[in-house]
Amino acid sequence: MHKTSRKPQLIWWVLLAFLPVTVVLPELGLINPYLQQVFMYVGINIILTVGLNLVNGYMGEFSVGHAGFMGVGAYVSAILTVWVLPRQYGPFLFPFVLVAGGLAAALAGLVVAIPSFRTRGDYLAIVTLAFNMIVKSAIENIEAVGGPRGFMGMDKLTNMAWVYAWTLLTLYCVRNFVYSRYGRGVLSIREDEVAAELVTVNTRQCKVLAFVIAAFFAGVAGGLFAHLLQFINPRSFALFPKSTEILVMVYLGGIGSIGGSVLGATIFTVVLELLRPLGVWRWVVVPLTLVLLMIFRPTGIMGLREWRPFIPPGELLRPAPGRQEVKAGAPAAD
Amino acid sequence: MPLLQIEGLTHYFGGLRAVYDFNLELEPGELVGIIGPNGAGKTTIFNLITGVYVPTRGKIVFDGTNLVGLPSHRIASLGVARTFQTIRLFRDLTVLDNVRIAHYSQLRYGVASAIARTRAFLAEEDRVRERSLELLRMLNLERYASLPARALPYGEQRRLEIARALACRPRLLLLDEPAAGMNPGEAARLMEFIQWVRREFSLTILLIEHQMRVVMGLCERIMVLDFGETIAHGPPEEIRRHPRVLEAYLGRGTAL
Amino acid sequence: MVHILQQVLNALQLGSVYALICLGYTMVYGVLRLINFAHGDVFMVACYIGFFATTYFLTRGHLAPTTTFVLGMMLAMMLTALLAVLIERVAYRPLRNAPRVSAVITALGVGIFLENFTLATLGPEPRHMPALVPVVNYHVGGVVISSVQVVTIAVAVLLMLLLDTTVMKTMTGMAMRAVSFDRTVAPLLGVPVNRIISITFALGAAVAGAGGILYGQAYPIIDPYMGIRIGWWAFIAAVVGGIGNIRGAMIGSFILGFIEIFTPVVLPSSTYRDFVAFSLLLLFLVFRPTGILGQPATKKV
Repeated sequence: MHKTSRKPQLIWWVLLAFLPVTVVLPELGLINPYLQQVFMYVGINIILTVGLNLVNGYMGEFSVGHAGFMGVGAYVSAILTVWVLPRQYGPFLFPFVLVAGGLAAALAGLVVAIPSFRTRGDYLAIVTLAFNMIVKSAIENIEAVGGPRGFMGMDKLTNMAWVYAWTLLTLYCVRNFVYSRYGRGVLSIREDEVAAELVTVNTRQCKVLAFVIAAFFAGVAGGLFAHLLQFINPRSFALFPKSTEILVMVYLGGIGSIGGSVLGATIFTVVLELLRPLGVWRWVVVPLTLVLLMIFRPTGIMGLREWRPFIPPGELLRPAPGRQEVKAGAPAAD
Repeated sequence: MPLLQIEGLTHYFGGLRAVYDFNLELEPGELVGIIGPNGAGKTTIFNLITGVYVPTRGKIVFDGTNLVGLPSHRIASLGVARTFQTIRLFRDLTVLDNVRIAHYSQLRYGVASAIARTRAFLAEEDRVRERSLELLRMLNLERYASLPARALPYGEQRRLEIARALACRPRLLLLDEPAAGMNPGEAARLMEFIQWVRREFSLTILLIEHQMRVVMGLCERIMVLDFGETIAHGPPEEIRRHPRVLEAYLGRGTAL
Repeated sequence: MVHILQQVLNALQLGSVYALICLGYTMVYGVLRLINFAHGDVFMVACYIGFFATTYFLTRGHLAPTTTFVLGMMLAMMLTALLAVLIERVAYRPLRNAPRVSAVITALGVGIFLENFTLATLGPEPRHMPALVPVVNYHVGGVVISSVQVVTIAVAVLLMLLLDTTVMKTMTGMAMRAVSFDRTVAPLLGVPVNRIISITFALGAAVAGAGGILYGQAYPIIDPYMGIRIGWWAFIAAVVGGIGNIRGAMIGSFILGFIEIFTPVVLPSSTYRDFVAFSLLLLFLVFRPTGILGQPATKKV
């Protein structure tokens, strides 16, 4: 019997080895603040994209309001660091604050998952959209956190190392989820939900898990974002631009592919930065790209294909050499 | 103790009566057929048993457990598996994955174990992979394991659908028109195959089929439906000559 | 009491405008099963067209206000219809047989493109629509009815009736309904599906174009962001009334009109309006997705 190697793959060790680099580089002043910021944005976007890809790409659902989860996480984590927790412990409590934001967002993900049991397609798109709008509009109505004027006062707790670490964690967790019975269940929902149920897949469980996990990481990304910018307002987490951006990144990089999400997020973030001189025309280019993508390459750059190093060893079958003998078993039934 | 007991099964779609007072007792190991003109309600009965619809009225008891109201995946994990009239494979997934997915309820690990890739998780995954490959081997599909399901020829796709159903470890297998689209030669081989599957996996089989040769050749008992009602029930020789059956298929006045 | 009646009138006026936009959503969904998220922004473009047309006719063309009103409306209707047909051809038709995700997201993209394109070319400053309807106030039992309200409601109702008659009583309308019932079979019966779909888009947009002019008379300030707000509200109206159903669209629109006007009356602040409307949408989607007049569909396995 073929036993999967119990050792984690090489790629994760390699990626982990870069972590100290992300600590050291900024400390030694070897990388200018602007590049640091771009790096951090890339990381945050990767986390958002990978999460949404789980729901839209692997599960084939229509979630278009992902920024709503980000907003929940951002506000919860910001409230914690600014009002609840003592300032001097900020840097140490940061990971817990992020997790708290993620959990709050995960709860929201649970709420959105429930309508997904009975609705799919366009209707679910509207539900997620409505959710995004409701979150934004609810925050706008809470005077205590500044309403439409926004909330600030956060310390800049986010740095390259934290972003890198969380990005790796997100990639690892989502990758493991995908290559398990839950991931296969999620894929089967995309292929044929009814048939999936009839072969023992608990589709509700899978849907909830996908939404909750995607929302959790979006919440973490929100927390990282809040403590990078040190200022957040409801408009940052609206359908446009944030949710639309995340959609573009998912469909650009490739649906159903973790490597694709990394690619899409990186390309998009970097190109958007490069296009800064275009000013407001950037936001004409972004939706145009989305439309063109949908028409000409809806599955994205790495659609449905995974980057080899991300695939766990047990998944790659070596074709059995010469084992073509037909056992005295099933008579040919065709 | 009968494996499957259906009593008074009746189902309405809005005002349309699809199934009326369907009764059946299946003993373990039997191979029973359901035939009838199109629209007679045969697939609806399969859908009712497997929980796709909740019956308007009636009882369905499988091995002592009441199936009515249970979600489909629960019914499937209790041991009821089915195939479809039109093949419903997971077309973009590999052949191996199609079979692995059906092991969903048999895998015991939780999300946390999956994400952490614990030893227990890896052991379970290995076990399922092996079992799936073994199943493919037995059905002569092993060489296709890494191919996407849609790449298979029609006959192999039908076999794969059965392999996937078998992966659920069923005791009752519902086959919905397995011979659809087959010529007589292929249908004959299918009959052998079904007999083999029944022996090899100790199954009870309920079969919907239009090709009379297959039904008469395989089934020990046959139930005939027309407009949702059971119009005849008995062994093949009886059904073959039954006036109401002939009337349902060929129209009034053609009997004898 | 008088105050309430006054507000009811306002709600009717607003509801009429919503109805004109809502019809576009509902008709397109009927024939294509596509939620045309771009429609709200098409409405916004219609308002701008109306603005430029009426301003030109008034100032350069020196036409009388009433003439401007009529001409402006006709021009807005035509050009908006043209825009919608163009969008359908370029962005939606290639995706006719693609999975629904692509079409929905494309629609979103088109809408956002229109919004930002307008923003980039015309700037964010709001424009002021010229007043064209001679303002006469009628006093009926203490309630003030303005001529603008009368015209808005009258024109809207007229257009709705025309549209309803077209869909129910003409050959084209029948073809539209055929396509909405079964898009694959309709062409086999001689229905020119592409043309019908274009006509549907054109009709829905034309009616929204008229809505743009009427809206501009009641609420003269227009800006590139108005499409999202109003478009979304009209969309919620479509879902609440029963998307795909013209009569449902009208009912839903008046409900939304009432929500918009009466929320600030009932709740402490007007910022709750969005919250109420979207929560209503969510409730309907979860408990009655087919809306008030829609029929629940059973799935076939």
